[in-house]
Parts: sequence; structure tokens; C-alpha cells
Amino acid sequence: MNRHKVETIVHGIFLIMGLVTIACVLMITVYLIIAGIPAIKEIGLIDFLFGKEWASTAAEPQFGILPFILTSIYGTAGAMVIGVPVGFMTAVFTAKVAPFRVRTIIEEAVSLLAGIPSVVYGLVGMLILVPGIRKIFDIPDGASLLAAIIVLAIMTLPSIVSVSLTALEAVPKEYEEASLALGATEIETYFKVSVPAAKSGIAAAVVLGVGRAIGEAMAVMMVSGNAPNMPDSIFQSVRFLTTAVASEMSYSSGLQRQALFSIALVLFLFIMMINAALNFLMKHDKEN
Amino acid sequence: MKKRIGTMVVLGLAAMSLAACGSSAEETTAAATTAAETKAETEAEAEDTTAAETETEAAAEELSGAVSTDGSTSMESVIGILGESFMQLHPDVSFTYNPTGSGSGITAVQEGRCDIGLSSRALKDEETASGLKGETVALDGIAMIVNNENPIADLSLDQIAKIYTGEITNWSEVGGNDAEIVLIGREAGSGTRDGFESITGTEDACQYRQELTSTGDVITTVSQNPAAIGYASLSSVSDKVKAITVEGVEATEDTVRDGSYKIQRPFVLVTKDGEALSTQAQAFYDYAMSSEVADLIAQAGAVAIH
Repeated sequence: MNRHKVETIVHGIFLIMGLVTIACVLMITVYLIIAGIPAIKEIGLIDFLFGKEWASTAAEPQFGILPFILTSIYGTAGAMVIGVPVGFMTAVFTAKVAPFRVRTIIEEAVSLLAGIPSVVYGLVGMLILVPGIRKIFDIPDGASLLAAIIVLAIMTLPSIVSVSLTALEAVPKEYEEASLALGATEIETYFKVSVPAAKSGIAAAVVLGVGRAIGEAMAVMMVSGNAPNMPDSIFQSVRFLTTAVASEMSYSSGLQRQALFSIALVLFLFIMMINAALNFLMKHDKEN
Repeated sequence: MKKRIGTMVVLGLAAMSLAACGSSAEETTAAATTAAETKAETEAEAEDTTAAETETEAAAEELSGAVSTDGSTSMESVIGILGESFMQLHPDVSFTYNPTGSGSGITAVQEGRCDIGLSSRALKDEETASGLKGETVALDGIAMIVNNENPIADLSLDQIAKIYTGEITNWSEVGGNDAEIVLIGREAGSGTRDGFESITGTEDACQYRQELTSTGDVITTVSQNPAAIGYASLSSVSDKVKAITVEGVEATEDTVRDGSYKIQRPFVLVTKDGEALSTQAQAFYDYAMSSEVADLIAQAGAVAIH
């Protein structure tokens, strides 16, 4: 009887803990929608999403966030172009080729990279990368889309490497042994047997990297220049969706503040789509 | 094998939720700020009623009740430090500051929604005509900074305006090296940016290369790039960068005080002319205007004048 009571209480506590998480997600979602809709209504959805000019405190304010949306997309895509090949190759090497010692070192390094706070990436970027880009490309200022892409690429490496690594390790040994027995070389085996068998896991790693890149604010704020320009070139000073919210929020008021919430809502929708894609890939992987 | 895939899924989900947390943190903070503001407002209202009660009693020797201020966001640090030290002297007084902007602050005094309005510009003639009185509590000097390697030592106000609006784009046009000028500024809504743009007459016209979110970032960025120019509050300028003279006048506390340094603006306390403040508000007003707060004002980055 008494034991039964304890069971019920513990069960109740777990239930409440679980509900807290769900309540947080719901609250944030509902709040974002409530806070984000008014400005979109006032500005007009088309003007808001496709307006090319952002001047939130001007005498005649402009609230077009197309530059931020494009910057976030280009920045993330650019980070993937650099980060995916490097991360993927690292994962293949670590999982299949590297001797045990090297493997341990790589794994340690990757988890260390994941643990570095984003403000540190930003600071190093600001003090080394930005002046470096200015000197190498001989442009007036190095704070640019390119600097942000490089920082983001490095920041997404840990998620890409560690998730691809787990996927590659999950490939049954028998597949590889069969391939080797049929006369394929080791490299052929890795790229024609192991990688295809782990492909949905690797795809999930990429999507995870995309999510990390699109949601990053602090590091890119410090290296991207933060001017609300259209991203016409990789040397342009640009502002991301995340940094648009973060940089102006502290002093904002009125419609400007509401518009910042609307930007957050747009960003939230992006993240939701990425998560949906991730869930789809994970499910696909499980079914296989 | 199944177990391994399971681990992977868990890993993925954990990382995913981490990523999600990262992005939602800003929104949560923003929400918290709004909440804090609303709370401050309700508190202010609550205190108003207490203040009224205290006045009717009018017997209290020790000051109590509320002092509400409303207005310029640029005055945040000055008014914040004054409010805090005033509350330390008079623990029963509750001091509130609502950062809405100079214009809204002036309107708030006019409509009686606050005791003292805060304006980071001198009152306009029509505002004084409508029965308002403004008195300067401190001055805000904005220094123009360039990289230490930059040979430029002086610029006129007109040159600075032309540089920031993109009419002058090369340092050689103002007697410097042949290098494209890199404009560093602050984010929209910043008090320093507002001050700089209104003094130089470049509102909404600046062609910033970088918009940074703190004075420290501006100074670091200018110190990194030989072709950069930026502006920063006078008190925060260090020898990492070179402060240039404007119209031949060096930016110092003295030149700001005597008015010869041009890039400056007054911080003004606005009240209704001929209408008495509540005892505690008057006490704060006198305190802010007294010479004993000079150190506090300097600490907040402005130039004391009393």
C-alpha cells in the first residue's frame, strides 16, 4: 500500500517535470506569435519580408528584413560549403582510418571545440580573422560576410563531426567485411559501402549544423560588421536575423521593438523547419 | 546496432535542443526586459498613490514616496547613478526611470505623467513657451577617434558630416593617407549615435561600414583598422586610439564645459515652470544640480557643470 503511494508520487513528479519542458516550449511559441504578429500587420507581410531597407529609428522608419533573411541563408550555406566537406572527411577518417591514438586526440579536440563559448569565437574572429581578411584581400575593412562564414563553419564542425561519426560507426562490420572480401580496397569500401549505409545519419549531421549556424548570434555579431546591407558580395558588411534582434533590442521601443519580435518569429519558423527536416531524417534512419 | 542508432538519435536531439535554446535565449531576455519595464511602471503607479498620501500627511521629516523620471535613453547611466545614490541617502524614496526618449520625456512632464523629464537636447522655443523649464544637469562630450597610425589630427564639423554621409570617402581628401575611410558607428537606438548624428546633422544619412553594440567594441575596432574612424563617449576614450581635435579644439572636460568643443550636447532636467515639485522630487532635483554629485556624473561618463 505504502509502496504504491510512493510510486504514484514519484510518477506525479516525473509527469510535472515533463510538463514543465512542454510548457516552456509552448509559452515561448505563443509569446513569440503574439509579440511578432502586430508589427507584421502594421508593416505588411510583403513589405516586411521582401523590403530591402531597414532603418528602424529613421524619421520615416523602414522595416524590410530581406537583407537579414538573405544574409542568414547565404551565411549558413557558406558555412556548410566549408564545414561539411571538412567535417565529413574528419568523421570518415576518425571512424574508419585513424589509429586508436589519433582517434582519441581528434575526438577530444572536437568535443573541446564544441565547448568553446561563442563569444570566444567572436573575440578571436574580431582580433585575428577580421584584420587578416582586410590584409589578405586588401579591402578597407575585414568585418564581412566572409568572416562570419568562416567563424560559423568552425562552429558547426563539432556537430557535423560527432553526429556523422556516430552514424558511420553504426554501419554493421559485416557490410564492410563483405565488401573487402569481394576485393574492394579499403577506401572504396568506406566511400561506396560505409558512407551510403550511413547517409541519412550524415544528412542529419548537416541539418544539425545548419540549425547551429542559423541560430548563432554572438560570434557573428562581432565579425560581420552588422550594417543592414543587402549581401551583394562576401566582402559586404552584413547583418543576420539573429544579430538584427540582438543588436537593437536593448534600446528599442514602439514599432521598432515589435518588429524585432517579428524578426525573432521569422527566425523561429526557420528553426522549426530545420527541426522538422531533422526529425524526418532521424525517423527515416530508424526505419532503415 | 539498434542501441547505437538510439544513442545517435539521443545525441542529435540533445544537440538540437541545445541549438534551439541558443536561439530562444534572446527572446526570453527580451521578454524579461519587457516584463521588468511593466513592473517598473506598475511600481511607479503604486508609489504615486503612496506619494499622494505622504503629501497629505506632510509631517514626515525623512523623505519618502516616489520620484519618477521619464525620457532620454542617453541619460540612462547618469540618471541611473544619481537615482541610486539618492535612494541610498533616502532609503524610503523610490526612484524610477522610464527610458522612452527625449521627446516622450518632455511630453510626459507636460501631461503630468512624471515628476522630472529627461532631455538630451536643449528645449525648443515652443516647448519653453508651453510652460516648461529646462536646466542642464551635465554635458555629454563625444570624441572622434581614429587609429593611432592615422596622421590626421584635426577635422572640421563639416568634414566629419561629409565623411559620415559618404561625400568624402578617402582620407587623402582631408589631408591623410590614400586609403578608403571605414566608418564605425553604433547601433540604431544608441544614445551616442543619436547624439553624434543630431550634432553633426547626419540623421539617417550615415553610411556605416560597421554598427557595433558597445563603445568598447568601437574602440577595439578602430584600434585594429588604420583607416577607421569612430565616435565614443569622451570618458571611455583610451590611448588605444587617437582622439582628434574638432575645429582645432581638443576634446577634454574643460573644452566641453566652456562650449568650445563642438560635438557635445546638454543633459537637461525638464519640469513645469511655476509648478512646485513634490518634496522628494524637489530634493532629488536639488541633489542632481548640486556640486556633490560631480564625481558621480564623471563616473557615468558625462561632464559635470555644477
